[in-house]
Amino acid sequence: MKFSEQWLREWVNPGIDTNALSEQLSMAGLEVDGVTPVAEEFSGVVIGEVVSCGQHPDADKLQVTQVNTGDDELHNIVCGAPNCRTGIKVAVAKVGAVLPGNFKIKKAKLRGEPSNGMLCSSSELGLTDEHDGILELPADAPVGTDYRKYLQLDDVTMDVDLTPNRADCLGIKGLAREVGVLNRCDVQEPAFAAVAPTLSETRNIELQAPDACPRYLGRVIQGVDVKALSPVWLTERLRRSGVRSIDPVVDVTNYVLLELGHPMHAFDLDSLQGDVQVRYAKPGEQLELLDGQVVTLQDDVLVIADEQKALAMAGIFGGKQSGVTDQSKAIFLESAFFAPDAIAGRARRFGLHTDASHRYERGVDPELQRTAMERATALLLEICGGEAGPIVEAVAESHLPKPAQVTLRAARLKKILGVSIDDNQVEDILKRLGFDVKTNADGWQVVVPTFRFDIAIEEDLIEEVARVYGYNNIEAAAPAASLSMIPRQEQQQSLLRFSEDLVDRGYQEAITYSFVDPKHQALLFNETAALSLPHPISVEMSSMRVSLWPGLLATVAYNQKRQQPSLAFFESGLRFLPDDDAPSGVLQEPMLAGVRAGKVTGEHWSDADRAVDFYDIKGDVESLLNHTGFANEFKFVADQHPALHPGQCAAIYRASKRVGYVGAIHPQFEKKLGLNGRTFVFELELGAIQQRRLPKAAPISRYPSIRRDLAVVVENRVAVGEIFTAIENIGVKNLVGLNLFDVYQGPGVADGYRSLALSLTLQDTEKTLEDAEVDASIATVVKLLQDEFGATLRE
Amino acid sequence: MKLNEIVAAAKAAVADATSPQQLDQVRVDYLGKKGQLTEQLKSLGKLSAEERPAAGQEINRAKQEVQQFINAKNDELKAAELAEKLAAEAIDVTMPGRLSKVGGLHPVTRTIQRIEAFFGDLGFSVKQGPEVEDSFHNFDALNIPANHPARADHDTFYFNADALLRTQTSGVQIRTMEMEQPPLRIISPGRVYRNDYDQTHTPMFHQVEGLMVDTDVSFTQLKGILQDFLTNFFEESLEVRFRPSYFPFTEPSAEVDVRRADGEWLEVLGCGMVHPNVLRAVNIDPEKYSGFAFGMGVERLTMLRYQVNDLRAFFENDVRFLKQFN
Repeated sequence: MKFSEQWLREWVNPGIDTNALSEQLSMAGLEVDGVTPVAEEFSGVVIGEVVSCGQHPDADKLQVTQVNTGDDELHNIVCGAPNCRTGIKVAVAKVGAVLPGNFKIKKAKLRGEPSNGMLCSSSELGLTDEHDGILELPADAPVGTDYRKYLQLDDVTMDVDLTPNRADCLGIKGLAREVGVLNRCDVQEPAFAAVAPTLSETRNIELQAPDACPRYLGRVIQGVDVKALSPVWLTERLRRSGVRSIDPVVDVTNYVLLELGHPMHAFDLDSLQGDVQVRYAKPGEQLELLDGQVVTLQDDVLVIADEQKALAMAGIFGGKQSGVTDQSKAIFLESAFFAPDAIAGRARRFGLHTDASHRYERGVDPELQRTAMERATALLLEICGGEAGPIVEAVAESHLPKPAQVTLRAARLKKILGVSIDDNQVEDILKRLGFDVKTNADGWQVVVPTFRFDIAIEEDLIEEVARVYGYNNIEAAAPAASLSMIPRQEQQQSLLRFSEDLVDRGYQEAITYSFVDPKHQALLFNETAALSLPHPISVEMSSMRVSLWPGLLATVAYNQKRQQPSLAFFESGLRFLPDDDAPSGVLQEPMLAGVRAGKVTGEHWSDADRAVDFYDIKGDVESLLNHTGFANEFKFVADQHPALHPGQCAAIYRASKRVGYVGAIHPQFEKKLGLNGRTFVFELELGAIQQRRLPKAAPISRYPSIRRDLAVVVENRVAVGEIFTAIENIGVKNLVGLNLFDVYQGPGVADGYRSLALSLTLQDTEKTLEDAEVDASIATVVKLLQDEFGATLRE
Repeated sequence: MKLNEIVAAAKAAVADATSPQQLDQVRVDYLGKKGQLTEQLKSLGKLSAEERPAAGQEINRAKQEVQQFINAKNDELKAAELAEKLAAEAIDVTMPGRLSKVGGLHPVTRTIQRIEAFFGDLGFSVKQGPEVEDSFHNFDALNIPANHPARADHDTFYFNADALLRTQTSGVQIRTMEMEQPPLRIISPGRVYRNDYDQTHTPMFHQVEGLMVDTDVSFTQLKGILQDFLTNFFEESLEVRFRPSYFPFTEPSAEVDVRRADGEWLEVLGCGMVHPNVLRAVNIDPEKYSGFAFGMGVERLTMLRYQVNDLRAFFENDVRFLKQFN
């Protein structure tokens, strides 16, 4: 809420300066977001009267005026504003004046006519952004008076960011009360005298939903002149509170809203048919709002209606048909208490947020309606004339909020805050806050005034005491707790270990948005449905990722566009797979994924510069799997994936469960994804690699190991992985190591075939192996390769 | 030739030798079986028995002298040879080494790691939860009923009336308290989402929330632990202030500001004493137990710690930005 410091100080004037006041409010929980002067710096501007105004001889759009500023002579001033005319009061920047932006006014000639000064518009004085001609001041504005003094412009606007519980401070009255409490000084509330009715006309009011609206005051005012001008003091206060002046009726209701924190509404009396009803809307009932929007209401939306139709959304927004216009002759003024529950959420449902709904959904003082009504009536009569009827008050006492009775125990206060605050001080704070306080054996019995509708439980009072006592006056202490160890599961490998391995292998960790471009995702995962955000930031950020690849690939593309040729990124985080059986309809699985593109290393003087290939990234994956201690359980199987190159794609299995993929991005997607050349990716289910083997030490053999090498020629289609699996499966006696140490294709090996050089290491734990035993073991392997894979031994 | 002349000639020959081969030849010439000094020994027979011992001694001394000379020269030649070999193997040690590239953790991860370490040392365990959350855990259980104005402030991404992207990691606290009884000390780091995107807001960011529930947890302790944390996180004694605020799930509530070098206060976290309604919702007796909770924005702390001035940089993942944290 924005308010004028000057206005506040009319209510309560503590002996502290602006900065101290701002700091004090912030430290009391009313955070001051900004303090800005209500006008930019300017000087030398006085009130003048246009004595004569005639056409400039040489310029169509200029006028030559003579202006009286109360000194010895009249000033010749050329003015271009269309609203300049004889007799009006204006703001005159005299020669020597300095306007905002350090704009100095000097004697000048405009198209040959002397111009000694300038008639100012509101924007030229830095007051508003409006550009519709020069300022026209009221007829009683005193000629010669300094304009700053006249408007009391040496003031600031304070912007307090109020938390939802402090709606009681959404008006000068509430703010003043708070400032009074904090400074122990009295609040000078202006006396708002009741307006004696001079008419007898009334409208009956029916409270058809007394739970939602237990109090409604209405009053008829006849003979109002809506074309009257709001006085400058009023429009200035509105302006300083960030509210535009509209017409005197709206201005007055807005003024009361700002002053008392109480919303009001005015209806055009002549458009009301019969009694006024406060009721819930009928299902499907329509209402055209003041902004022209036609809304269809549900039966939980409270309306003000006449006997025929809904007139307004209660406490939220007025209706167009019953709105006050400059043709209105009579108005029906409303001052009501609506229960927060009956208003909350409704405005938002219709995309609305008004000053009224903001207050009603947080709460207003249920005892303030009559004061607001009298205040608004008095102001309206003063500005627009007319005659007021008596106030009709409809009230459902039993539905009105009762003053809350809350107990505060001294022991509880100490337990929660951790400090002892002197009982007298606690009592003093509660009393200053306007609470009715009685002491009892355990502490205090407190009756909360209706304006502090946020106070309902003991903790609310504890907070109030702490807040006024000052959070910074409460000491800090180290928490005390009994020491107990946190279980550390050794068989659980931490994500950090995997991350650090990738970091050491040259990967940069990326964090990408969990929502990705649905076009890119559909390209890569055409077979996987994705969860969509109904209201995304943009279409490109609307699809929940089903893999970490879309984000990582976008990151590669982003960096390649920025001249970064060699890239390696990894990311960990959730993927989101729609699944009706999962909580919230989505399976959320932690994944670990990586991407590599460009060169293996940077260019180096000693080595050829090699592009990343499949086996580089597979090596990275193997390194990760090694951290489980179960590397043997994982298998890489040639597979197909819609995102990947059909010949460079492996599914990664742990036992029979597929837990990830590694491969090259399908070349046909490279361009569409903005990728520059071959890009390799992997992705693993984190859950499948975090289980880690608990070591169980076996004795080390004291006998020598024996290595035998085999060179076998097989068809290209034979997968080395299958050969390894087969050898492992037959359980070769004493085999402790198996390695592929060379692959050869070329002269000596037929086309379509390749030669694999395998080394087999054999060792016994009990004895030194005899040649015959080794030969027998090797023979089983050779036979297996011949029988199962059509291998021939290479000479 | 006289003995001393032979020795002088031998020394000269040793001095002239420029290779081990030449030096060996000198040894053969003088000390070998037919060497000049060996020959001298053979001539002893011509001397009388009285003269012989002295002459023999003289010759042996001369042999030793020459041998020492040869040894010294030999060492010298070997050292020279080694030096020459090593000189040939000299390389330019200033050329770049064969460094394998090393990457780095994302700065947000780095900050989360540090926070986890500080609180882990105090016995807080790390808890994770779902990011697509139900409105019970994100709102209702946190004392934010439907239509509460605080819900509107959250700019929530909804999938439907019940499923949403979590706006805070507080739901993890609820899930933990549903499963475990006090004493509880947990922190929950993770991604959170708000439908807001401009220079100072990204639709996804990271929070670390903390919770401690025990029989005598108080506001003074909340102040103590957070002041301690901020001092350790920034590794300097910052001016810290606690400002009353409002969160539906804590009461009393506070926002914590630190004073920047330019004198401005900057909000870095929110906190408070756990609201009794929240404890009741998870069947913890608020009369017996009390607790504090706090939540901090990881990006904001990271920005302050490392002078990052654009929030969006964290999610652009420009390697030139990321590498600065390696």
